[in-house]
Amino acid sequence: MNVLRDLFRDYRFFFSFIVLMLVLILAFMSIFSPYDPTLWNVVPRDMKPSAEYWFGTDSNGQDIFWQATFAVRNSLIISTIAALVSRVIAILVGMVAGYTGGTTDRVLMFISDSLLVIPLFLIMVMLAMLVRQYMNLVVLGLLLSFFGWAWDARLIRSTILSLREREFTRTAVLSGTGTVRLVLNEYIPFTMPLIFSTLINNISWAIGLEITLAFLGLVNLNIPTLGTMLNWAITYQAMFLGRWWWILTPVFLSLFLFIALYWLSVSISEYLDPRTRIQRVGA
Amino acid sequence: MAFLKRYLIPRLIQYVLVVWLGITVVFLIPRLTPNDPVMAMIGMIRARGSTLEPGSMDGIIADLTEMYGLQGSWLDQYWAFWGRLFRGDFGVSFFQFPARVSDLIANAMPWTLGLLLTTTAISWVVGNIIGGLAGYYTRKGWSRTLDAIAMVVRPLPYYIFAFALLLLLAGFMRWFPITGGASLGAIPSFTWAYIKDVLWHAFLPALSLVVLGGAVNFQIMKLLVQNVNAESFVQYAKLGGVTEGRIVRKYVIRNALLPQITGLALSLGQIFSGALITEIVYGYPGLGMLLYNSIVRADYNLIMGITIFSIVGITTAILIVDLAYPLFDPRVRYY
Repeated sequence: MNVLRDLFRDYRFFFSFIVLMLVLILAFMSIFSPYDPTLWNVVPRDMKPSAEYWFGTDSNGQDIFWQATFAVRNSLIISTIAALVSRVIAILVGMVAGYTGGTTDRVLMFISDSLLVIPLFLIMVMLAMLVRQYMNLVVLGLLLSFFGWAWDARLIRSTILSLREREFTRTAVLSGTGTVRLVLNEYIPFTMPLIFSTLINNISWAIGLEITLAFLGLVNLNIPTLGTMLNWAITYQAMFLGRWWWILTPVFLSLFLFIALYWLSVSISEYLDPRTRIQRVGA
Repeated sequence: MAFLKRYLIPRLIQYVLVVWLGITVVFLIPRLTPNDPVMAMIGMIRARGSTLEPGSMDGIIADLTEMYGLQGSWLDQYWAFWGRLFRGDFGVSFFQFPARVSDLIANAMPWTLGLLLTTTAISWVVGNIIGGLAGYYTRKGWSRTLDAIAMVVRPLPYYIFAFALLLLLAGFMRWFPITGGASLGAIPSFTWAYIKDVLWHAFLPALSLVVLGGAVNFQIMKLLVQNVNAESFVQYAKLGGVTEGRIVRKYVIRNALLPQITGLALSLGQIFSGALITEIVYGYPGLGMLLYNSIVRADYNLIMGITIFSIVGITTAILIVDLAYPLFDPRVRYY
């Protein structure tokens, strides 16, 4: 409990916690939605926010509030799939490269360096264009995960490199601990904080890329996500027609979501780093 | 000679390998995806509402097959693909027929290059100077304020930030043009009126790139400077009575700047992707806009051309930054 109390002293953690809770509640509310998010013209069009339509309605005749609940839910599903799968790749690549070293290390690091250097956005556009008809939440998540592991694999590798040289590694190996057990029982707990903070950053990155791809029309526009909501609002010129409630809903939701995720990862990694924790908490 | 063997040649080999890998991926993508790219393109052309004459279908299929170089075995295709690239032949654009892809890219390049070079330079220099000062004077009020601003701006993706600026400053306030690189009908010339027009149109895209890039540089530089601050030579300089301004300028910032050169090289790919997205948001007539139009019109050939061109361009730029590094760091000598 002390951990939580210390964390909540940081205004950034406090803010992120509240925002993420609200976003999660919003996502769960999609269960109670009275409307099917894929159907059009279920409510009157272009209504301003009112007691009946909390966030107003859009030109497709959909209720923006309930549409937003689905959008948040789907964006979170995509980004969580992307972040979890790419964590698995990053951990595997980082551990194998860091622990085995030699040629394996060089080949794996060459691949991850190339992924960092090549403008991936363009490659993703090419891929997304060709698999567009198969595009759903899972496919998009997997597509993003394939491109999101390179930097984090490097971080994990460098941690493993330093762990490998420590005394306890030699003790473990000499007392007959197998490589797999060594990695699972000794190394993974050490790298857990790092993996967790990269997980949050990766979720944020995936949400951002989904929005960008949706803006380019490269995802299935009938599945509501933060990106597709924005796409529809732009397509219908909501900005020029003064339908601010329509365009501002996805914009504000994503602004808050990005800031909250970033602050969460910063405050947690600052807390986990004993040097900065002393500066801040004084304990 | 040792410089050649130990640094230059491995680095050049790496460069060639990265370019090879990137372009091979571009070659493989249409061949590894589950559906036939030719049929996918035809489906997309139809979906866009263009009507096809009944008899023209076979011709189009043959054209597309040839255009993608889908004849013969994969190995034959691969050789032919590289052969065309070395001749600088990216084929023709499908929807601005018969414009050559290389010409379209050449027309869009100056816009992107101008925007990208200026904003990268400004955000790097300004971000590092302010970040350096803020890192040295951590306890000052302005340093904390800047830090708080960077904490808000840093996590925003290019697209959302650019779009929020567009909404606020061009959509609601109407201070800046919504779209375009210059006013319609303006004739390119070296007159003040035209230059002013171009700058006015470039302001918002440049602002969003500078603020986002500057925030990243600011935060990293601040951290670097805080680490340098803890080094004993800084304490020594202070005790020796060197003035604060001199310590910051001559010892702290200069030392912390070096990793930032490597950082610039590593992040160039991301900055470039971000610039493309920003151009799309602001309708700026560079490579990004070309990319957007080719996506909307399913002009796969043009997308491939832009991608290959960007891979070569970015990796070359990174190579140049890397090779220039020893010029900045007197401690690095390759002999």
